[in-house]
Amino acid sequence: MPFYVVMGVIASTYIILILAMIVADLSFTTPNHIVKALQSKEIQYAIKLSLITCTITMFLSLLVAIPLGYFMARFDFKFKKFIDAVLDIPIVLPPLVIGLSLLILFQTAPGRFIEDHVRITYTVYSVIIAQFMVACAFAVRTMYVTFVQINNRQEQVALTLGCNQRQSFFYILLPQAKNGILTAASLAWARALGEFGPILIFSGATRMRTEVLPTTVFLEMSVGNIEAAVAVSLIMIFSGFAVLMVVRLFGDKKTAM
Amino acid sequence: MIKCENLYIKQGAFSLSDINFQINKGDYIVLMGKTGCGKTTILESICGLRKIQSGEIWLNGIEISNLMPAQREIGYVPQDGALFKNMTVAQNIGFALKIRKWEKHKINDRVHELTDVLNISYLLNREAHDLSGGEKQRVALARALSFYPKVLCLDEPLSALDDSTKSDMYKLLIKLKSNLDITVLHVSHSKEDAIKLANKVLLLTQGELIELNPTEL
Repeated sequence: MPFYVVMGVIASTYIILILAMIVADLSFTTPNHIVKALQSKEIQYAIKLSLITCTITMFLSLLVAIPLGYFMARFDFKFKKFIDAVLDIPIVLPPLVIGLSLLILFQTAPGRFIEDHVRITYTVYSVIIAQFMVACAFAVRTMYVTFVQINNRQEQVALTLGCNQRQSFFYILLPQAKNGILTAASLAWARALGEFGPILIFSGATRMRTEVLPTTVFLEMSVGNIEAAVAVSLIMIFSGFAVLMVVRLFGDKKTAM
Repeated sequence: MIKCENLYIKQGAFSLSDINFQINKGDYIVLMGKTGCGKTTILESICGLRKIQSGEIWLNGIEISNLMPAQREIGYVPQDGALFKNMTVAQNIGFALKIRKWEKHKINDRVHELTDVLNISYLLNREAHDLSGGEKQRVALARALSFYPKVLCLDEPLSALDDSTKSDMYKLLIKLKSNLDITVLHVSHSKEDAIKLANKVLLLTQGELIELNPTEL
């Protein structure tokens, strides 16, 4: 069999599997189920809370990922490999462990001190923190790769032309990292949308309070309302896919380099 | 005038020590040596892009060893030009002037003046990433000259060019050398560059700098 056919068959297997899952979900539900789900006050709340928390998480992740990715890409320092490994912990840890660790963190003295002033656990704040812990790690990784791919010679030339470090960062590096920033933002948003484990442990699954879309799927499943759970799942699939597609279509107009 | 006294530069396992030389105002110096001997390291130290461990660098009677690159007023052209890919040619050339908060019409005048001299007026609105090797080098040269630097540092600007483009660049650099009252330090491993352009050659060999006349090569 020709080489490309073998490669094509192997590659397409995974794509077919992803699409098959979505088709299966679609075959399990009807437009009526989706309309009914969208009319539910609880689900409307979950959609609203998901959109708000995912967007806040996305901006917070970028705020951290841009400087962190920049330092990791541009500077060599002691313990760099250690920090590099630490940054991957949220990616490799089971989500439940992240939720549990966050819960324990807020039982320590500094955590309790914060709780005395602002209630975090089992509130919307905890939803954002739980989403941020995982989503930010993906944003950092994306920004690191983005900055590594941009030749630092341009920033050096900018310094000789009269720029200080801040100007060379904002005028030269950041505009060229635009596509990377868009990718990091979309990844962070999509990761936050799908986060469930840490939220379940750290924020609970309280209807109309800390209920985001994955929580809704869990709650509907637990009461045997499979149709609603599938309808919400499809809403998540299509909203996540829409964000990723919009970013790709917009981002592909110019190359990052 | 550039004067380097007892420079000691360390970069990982590589080091250069006891580097001493002087370049007079208006000189066109070609700094030669084998690949990896430290030519670029010396050039980058003068531009302020690489830290020196000890020694002194003087520019027109002022010690610049500890000054930031922006304060040294040295034009720098790296090997690949390193044009800003997010800008047009005109924006690249006018960038240093924009940073210095020049008025827009003055920036335009200077950009047109330079593009006329370097024969690149037809490139003004092109994207920087969309140019040939020779065009990139001429734009990089214009950008480095835009703010009237006292010294121009060129890091192997001709090494990646084909023979015909290189020949054009020789003519251009000779024209600049005679028209502008500027001191040039040009790093190269090519004897041809030295013979065609330099009035003095500095040969870096086994960590030592030897001063030569181009005819002695």
